[in-house]
Amino acid sequence: MIPELGHFALILALALALAQGVFPLIGAARGTLVWMHVGRTTALGQFLFIAIAFGTLTYAFVVNDFSLLYVASNSNSDLPLQFRIAAVWGSHEGSMLLWVLILAGWTVAITRFSHHMPEEFVARVLGVMGLVSAGFLAFLLFTSNPFLRLIPAPPEGRSLNPLLQDWGMLLHPPMLYMGYVGFSVAFAFAIAALLSGRLDTAWARWSRPWTTVAWVFLSLGVALGSLWAYYELGWGGWWFWDPVENASFIPWLAGTALIHSLAVTERRGAFKGWTVLLAISTFSLSLVGTFLVRSGVLTSVHAFATDPARGAFVLVFLGIVVGGALLLFASRAHRIGLGGSFDPVSRESMLLLNNVLLAVAAGSVLLGTLYPLVLDALGAGKVSVGRPYFEAVFIPLMTPAMFLIGVGPMAHWKKTSLPDLATRLRWAFAVGLVTALLVPFAMGGWSTPVSLGILLAAWIVTSSLAGLIERLRLSPVSGGILAKLGANSRSYYGMQLAHIGVAVFIAGATLVLGYESDKEVRMSVGDTIEVGGYNFRLDRISEVPGPNYIASRGDVSVTRDGRAVTTMFPEKRTYGDKKNPMTEAAIDWGFVRDLYVSFGERLDPNTWAVRIYHKPFVELIWVGWLMMSLGGLLAVFDRRYRVAVNKWHAPSSASLLLGAGAAGAR
Amino acid sequence: MITPTAARTMPERLRICVRLLLAAALLALVPLSAPAKTAMPLAADPVLEERLMTLATGLRCLVCQNQSLAESNAELAVDLRNEIREQMRRGASDRDVVDYLVARYGDFVLYRPPLKASTLLLWSGPAILLLLGLGFLVRTLRRRRAQITQIPLSAAARARAQELLGTDSAEEAS
Repeated sequence: MIPELGHFALILALALALAQGVFPLIGAARGTLVWMHVGRTTALGQFLFIAIAFGTLTYAFVVNDFSLLYVASNSNSDLPLQFRIAAVWGSHEGSMLLWVLILAGWTVAITRFSHHMPEEFVARVLGVMGLVSAGFLAFLLFTSNPFLRLIPAPPEGRSLNPLLQDWGMLLHPPMLYMGYVGFSVAFAFAIAALLSGRLDTAWARWSRPWTTVAWVFLSLGVALGSLWAYYELGWGGWWFWDPVENASFIPWLAGTALIHSLAVTERRGAFKGWTVLLAISTFSLSLVGTFLVRSGVLTSVHAFATDPARGAFVLVFLGIVVGGALLLFASRAHRIGLGGSFDPVSRESMLLLNNVLLAVAAGSVLLGTLYPLVLDALGAGKVSVGRPYFEAVFIPLMTPAMFLIGVGPMAHWKKTSLPDLATRLRWAFAVGLVTALLVPFAMGGWSTPVSLGILLAAWIVTSSLAGLIERLRLSPVSGGILAKLGANSRSYYGMQLAHIGVAVFIAGATLVLGYESDKEVRMSVGDTIEVGGYNFRLDRISEVPGPNYIASRGDVSVTRDGRAVTTMFPEKRTYGDKKNPMTEAAIDWGFVRDLYVSFGERLDPNTWAVRIYHKPFVELIWVGWLMMSLGGLLAVFDRRYRVAVNKWHAPSSASLLLGAGAAGAR
Repeated sequence: MITPTAARTMPERLRICVRLLLAAALLALVPLSAPAKTAMPLAADPVLEERLMTLATGLRCLVCQNQSLAESNAELAVDLRNEIREQMRRGASDRDVVDYLVARYGDFVLYRPPLKASTLLLWSGPAILLLLGLGFLVRTLRRRRAQITQIPLSAAARARAQELLGTDSAEEAS
């Protein structure tokens, strides 16, 4: 009965989504306020009903209702409660439901925080989001229904993949989806602006905080995924260029381009067309990412053939979203003005160059990810595209972009001079260069790739500091250094923090690549081994029962120069009737180094193959991503987004200025 | 003259000496009571193993879901590693091993796809995209310059702008 309520709620949600997709758009076109207001109520109702559907499915997992096919396929009664809840989005149907729940959540958020925008604009945004939601709800109900019954109900369900039975599963997918779906807001804003024909700086200002929040979530999602792979897979790597990872990284690259492009559009009114295109592509890539991961097409292109309805729906839906958006863009392109003028050497042009590099990187990763699928589908042979390809392509593309991080923020809007930039940045470059030459020796040996990586990281840090120092020196604010620091906007500090986060990430990735050491040994109780200056001793091996597995656990005591450091407990877990035991690596986390012990196979009852890593500065990788995310968050809380609330009711002051000042717009 | 304190210290010193000696003797016994031997490398020939693993990271485990031959513990991966190890021991070069695997399993086993007609677009794609992107950039910058002509702000417009903005444009910073 309860699952049927959920099913029914989902149908009601679809009806509401359709209403939300139709009435506000017509209302906005005809100027009927009553119709426009429909969007706000239906958004709330839709969220309510999807939440009910989601709640009933979660309930079915919690009470082990195996009469639901989806529950029986993805959970069993031995599974601990938190993983039964995570199992809701453990497979295709449930993740689609999570997707629409989050979409409805973002929509409600728009209705709450949109009082500074014209009602007509809000109505269009809600309308577009309603249409997207209707598409997804229809996809759920007609091809991926999680509420299908399995009669007679089996006494026990199949289990969730043991790899997914981890705290990462509770956090990573929701974060990622918050990001993916958040870009639907940027998309809806862009479409609404195209529909209204008012692509002005105001639109960019409204869209920017939403886009940044989505980007923050996606960044956290990508970082969590990487961290999870690092500690769960047991190979000690943090990025594998796996299609599933790429599916989240491609929208991230496009989204990063988008937030930079939006900065120019908001500040200078330029790149409007490009920003709109990026908003459309970022969301489209998020859609592609969602479907790629969950449709099973990555495991085999023939997954579509076994379920043609799903594949066809996805392709048609993508076609409508992307094609419709691009058609609308093409039909309005002639009305998009040029915005403020700028020189070929200016902050604008540097941001445009950064955008080109990011977009090309996103395109290349997409090409590498889809190429094997397309080739296979065409029957032109099977190839694998992996790390060697992606690294050969990605690193050369990103290196100049990293260099630009240092130069761009120092360049003036409109016009800047290269010799002047060189003078202002010469000390930053010199300090960066010296750091790059010294660090490899301090770490214990010269290595050219490490030195180049550190050069980029140090350059970003020193040039960011040079920018800050210059600001303080030229600050018109009277008073002490604190007053001067306080006068800078939060979005400025957000940018600095995020950029330095990139540097921290590069430093971590470079140092661990250059200086990690590992040994693969056979260890019996009492054996010791030295890795990276630490002494590891296997003290004992014991069998430890878990909630739904039995673990062979090793106690490994770690000493350094005779002093005890820690004791680590690597495990090999056997889940139920699963044949292959899962590796649960033990990690001693530390800022300057991680120690990583992972069991391989059991060679005889008392001996294990053990792999031990010493990974210097590996955590900087995730610290860097966290700094990027926090930087984004700081920028969202900039005062000007709140000031804009009061200012906007006067007719567009910004567009008047641009129209008069830089003129030109056709 | 022997002071009472000195009389007490003598046996104390002795006791300390004995204790130290005992401790030293115990320390000497420690390695005997817990035989700590150094763990042996898993591989018989660590140099060859290193070479094998470097090569194997670029090869695909054919039955896994996107894992390299170095990382996987699937049966086929273990067998293939043994096969490669054996070939290397007999003096095969990396190239021989790769040729052997490609002859047996096709290009699918290589994570770096070879350049041939079917992968031409894959390898040239990024460069083409970059050229297109840079071309777009140059064209945009040129066109903008041609289209945008500076119209000086009339006094009236400036006054109106000042009025709308309240003060002069403090917002322009950043």
